[in-house]
Amino acid sequence: MDKFTQLTAIAAPMPNENIDTDQIIPARFLKTILRTGLGKNAFAAQRYDGNGAERPEFVLNQEPYRHAEILITLDNFGCGSSREHAPWALLDFGIRCVIAPSFADIFHNNCFKNGILPIRLPREICEMLMDDARQGSNSRLTVDLEKQVIIRPDGETVSFDVDPFRRHLLLEGLDDIGQTMAHDDAINTFEHQASRAWVPSITMETTK
Amino acid sequence: MQVSNSPRTLFDKIWDDHIVERLEDGTCILYIDRHLVHEVTSPQAFEGLRLAGRPVRRPDATVAVVDHNVPTSDRSKPIEEPESRLQIETLERNVAEFGVPYFPLLSASQGIVHVVGPEQGISLPGMTIVCGDSHTSTHGAMGSLAFGIGTSEVEHVLATQTLLQRPAKNMRVFVEGKTGVGVTAKDIMLAIIGRIGTAGGTGHVIEFAGSAIRDLDMAGRMTLCNMSIEAGARAGLVSPDETTFSYVKGRPFAPKGEAFEQACAYWRTLASDDGAHFDTEVTLRAEDIVPSITWGNSPQDVLPVDGIIPSPADFKDPAQAAQVQRALDYMGLEAGQKIAGTPVDVVFIGSCTNSRIEDLRSAADIVRGRHVAPNVRAMIVPGSGLVKREAEAEGLDKIFLDAGFEWREAGCSMCLGMNPDRLTPGQRCASTSNRNFEGRQGPGGRTHLCSPAMAAAAAVTGVLCDVRELIREPV
Ligand code: SF4
Repeated sequence: MDKFTQLTAIAAPMPNENIDTDQIIPARFLKTILRTGLGKNAFAAQRYDGNGAERPEFVLNQEPYRHAEILITLDNFGCGSSREHAPWALLDFGIRCVIAPSFADIFHNNCFKNGILPIRLPREICEMLMDDARQGSNSRLTVDLEKQVIIRPDGETVSFDVDPFRRHLLLEGLDDIGQTMAHDDAINTFEHQASRAWVPSITMETTK
Repeated sequence: MQVSNSPRTLFDKIWDDHIVERLEDGTCILYIDRHLVHEVTSPQAFEGLRLAGRPVRRPDATVAVVDHNVPTSDRSKPIEEPESRLQIETLERNVAEFGVPYFPLLSASQGIVHVVGPEQGISLPGMTIVCGDSHTSTHGAMGSLAFGIGTSEVEHVLATQTLLQRPAKNMRVFVEGKTGVGVTAKDIMLAIIGRIGTAGGTGHVIEFAGSAIRDLDMAGRMTLCNMSIEAGARAGLVSPDETTFSYVKGRPFAPKGEAFEQACAYWRTLASDDGAHFDTEVTLRAEDIVPSITWGNSPQDVLPVDGIIPSPADFKDPAQAAQVQRALDYMGLEAGQKIAGTPVDVVFIGSCTNSRIEDLRSAADIVRGRHVAPNVRAMIVPGSGLVKREAEAEGLDKIFLDAGFEWREAGCSMCLGMNPDRLTPGQRCASTSNRNFEGRQGPGGRTHLCSPAMAAAAAVTGVLCDVRELIREPV
């Protein structure tokens, strides 16, 4: 997982509530064998028409928002199915941070697992940040996870809360696996116990 | 690492012996001895490793096999379904890249992951065994702690050979006495699920104990543990004994020589201590168990073969009554009728529940000298290439083929509608698999779960029937 420390990027405004995971990535794209590659189908229904052509009115089809790395939206983002394909699709599109008044629980968890920072802020502030975002390419937001602040284009700051343990994982770029790997010495010691000498190895030669 | 001196269950012992570290909040880093991998739940996990630049920590504790997507017909032709083909090719690419041992489709050892593991001596007593598949519980028959995991956890095990886990509760199911003629491990398990329900084992690991369990061969114990998941349990367990040790001895990947003796000495300690605490205990009398069959869309919808299909009116709870009605409608059955005598269209003998040589022998005993009823499509799908070979060496293939059965290649086949073997809407199937959910064997398909002998009896009579009426005197 990539570290998340500080991000200065274009933010895309999506002033809707209840954007569900079916909208983020429709079910027909779940048959993939990859976590990657879902970005081109993120928000597919809003993004493309029946012929697969881009709908110019959709925000992520517009400049500069097709380069957005931050999404600002409204209540209950990520509701619906638990599919981890939703954060996978956002990440693959390039989104590293989502700002909203509230998130669906499972989606919120899934974001952290995949190196995406979800930030909860009061609705007025989300709307204010959306106004900043509407100023286009001159208006970049900076999200500083270390200091827990968002720096607006005019230099003003907005602070936010985040679970300290999860903040630590993001700052260090650690996922569950990374966490467990920090216990590598203990795993090594366990593996080399004399009492485990009977456990056979399976080698390529022997399966042929 | 023994945590206390108080009497421990079999589960506690295996658990304690695999704790790498106990974290502050009680979560344990649990060491995993065997990781079995198949084509459906592993692609994103390998992709995760690749993206993070991580190797598989213990390729020598990992084994991959293809089973869910594979056709069970002629294997010399390329796989037609593009998405199935892609999943299989992806697994092949991943095992090559990460150095994971793999039984390819054309290997004689290929088969259903839960048949291959024990058969090869990959799954051994006292081990922790995981796989991205709920029926990993099957391997508990070896006296190992075996359970299914999700794709993120698959990646976690590939990378660290451990899992973050909290201990389960202990449940013990005693089956005491001698089972009657025509009663198999499948009937015992269906009776257990009928008794405790599909949520009865939730949060527990079930240890199966008692004289009727001791009397079972390893195939029977695997059938039992396989369906622990249908009883809601995380895993099933049978304490390893001489039956287990003689099964394990000489298997390709089992320890040899001195290592085998060392292992056996350890395995003999793997029994629940007298006075060990079980959160739940259930006892069944083997004599009460009869050949059984399911009528509805949940494995707990089980009837003795001479039973009567229930009516919604039998249920006070309106939600339950509605569910019964829905199942009757889906299954195309009449309340109040006998289940026996219901005509079948398809008979499927296979799946990780019942596709071992012992299962095929018990079906062949019923089929020998008889013929599949007209209008029944009957298929035998051995659990592995080795089971198939062994059956052929015994001449079982000839018995089945002469009777009009299809004799197919190993795989999950009609257990789930993922490969070309599927029921068509409305078709009724006597099946030796483990799930009778709506659409499980194909959209609109109607599944009746039963033992291989009962399925064979349905094949030759064309109706669901009591296998005991077809059992001949031993010659
Ligand atoms: S045979 Fe059926 S239950 Fe067993 S692994 Fe295959 S699909 Fe799953």
